[in-house]
Amino acid sequence: MTKDWPLWEVFIRGQYGLSHRHVGSLHAPDAEMAMLNARDVYTRRNEGMSIWVVPSADISASAPSRKGPMFDPSNDKTYRHPTFFDIPDEVGSM
Amino acid sequence: MYAQTVQSTGRKVKSLEEMSDQERAFQARIDAGEKIEPKDWMPDGYRKTLVRQISQHAHSEVVGQLPEGNWITRAPTLERKAILLAKVQDEAGHGLYLYSAAETLGVSRADLIDDLLAGRAKYSSIFNYPTLNWADMGAVGWLVDGAAIINQVALQRTSYGPYSRAMVRICKEESFHARQGFDIMMKMVAGTAAQKAMAQDALNRLWWPALMMFGPPDKDSVHSAQSMAWKIKVMTNDEGRQKFVDQTIPQIEYLGLDVPDKAARKNPKTGHYSFVDPDWDEFFAVLKGYGPCNADRMLARNKAHDDGAWFREGLLAYAEKQTIAAE
Repeated sequence: MTKDWPLWEVFIRGQYGLSHRHVGSLHAPDAEMAMLNARDVYTRRNEGMSIWVVPSADISASAPSRKGPMFDPSNDKTYRHPTFFDIPDEVGSM
Repeated sequence: MYAQTVQSTGRKVKSLEEMSDQERAFQARIDAGEKIEPKDWMPDGYRKTLVRQISQHAHSEVVGQLPEGNWITRAPTLERKAILLAKVQDEAGHGLYLYSAAETLGVSRADLIDDLLAGRAKYSSIFNYPTLNWADMGAVGWLVDGAAIINQVALQRTSYGPYSRAMVRICKEESFHARQGFDIMMKMVAGTAAQKAMAQDALNRLWWPALMMFGPPDKDSVHSAQSMAWKIKVMTNDEGRQKFVDQTIPQIEYLGLDVPDKAARKNPKTGHYSFVDPDWDEFFAVLKGYGPCNADRMLARNKAHDDGAWFREGLLAYAEKQTIAAE
């Protein structure tokens, strides 16, 4: 077999009001075929109403080894959550 | 199952003391039920075992289209034809999800497909049995997909994220497969005596090969221990087989058919059925390439691949032309 076609990541909007979600990937020679194949593979049962296909090579991802420096800083900032603050019951909902 | 004889490291499972710090941290993540993702560090053996298992699973989905594809043009009604076509199309999709999962481990799909076409790769023994008549479409959907569901539902809990997510998608679609098969069987047993006999014959022929789908007995399954420790596998072969027998025998009785295993009895204490093992010599022979249809399947797969070459080349030429035009 010849070399693999480019890899595409497939994102689908399930219904109006929701964002597109990553559902999987596929190989295709160009965007048009990627779109058609995504339709056939990932929306056979009404799963979607809008599709994005993105060349996988164009995605920049955070490295798992950088997980600490990337995400730890938010761990100790519990004041960013509303539940950090005790509001007396008599104040009512806030 | 769809991956029946996956070689793992071939070595005894390391104890925590024998592991390096990195291996121990990895095992701790597995034991805590965390999913491993493509870019995470993983032991070489984990990666290799997964590639073997997922690619065998993918090849099984692809080759699994052949026994049923055989009957699309000869389905008894337009509705049955549309249903069978949809099922076979699902199998192609399942193959794609699984090849995608395997690729996240750093292998190329082209290489995996080359291995299949060249006869170097394994796929499930079940697809090397023939489908002789329409009743077989019922029995395949009901028994083969029924057995696959047992395995795949468990595999949703597998430790490798992309494999687990592929299983979630597949399981959602698979129960349509089993139900359409059982529906065919219900129709057949409600028909003439000859039609009911066809249903019985299909069950008799596919019962033992369906039991083989779960792989060799645990005592002979040399690579299971490491795969279980890594949660690549989450259910033993014997556990899956028992579950299948327990779930299927009452369904056979519902259909009013005879259980092919005359000795099968329910143990009132455990609720489990006793059953006779399939012929393991036959199983290993089929895996080695000596089943009734191994050569046919490989021939059909290679022919389909070769016949589609002009189309794939045309698509690529067009895409390249568009790129040049855009530059």
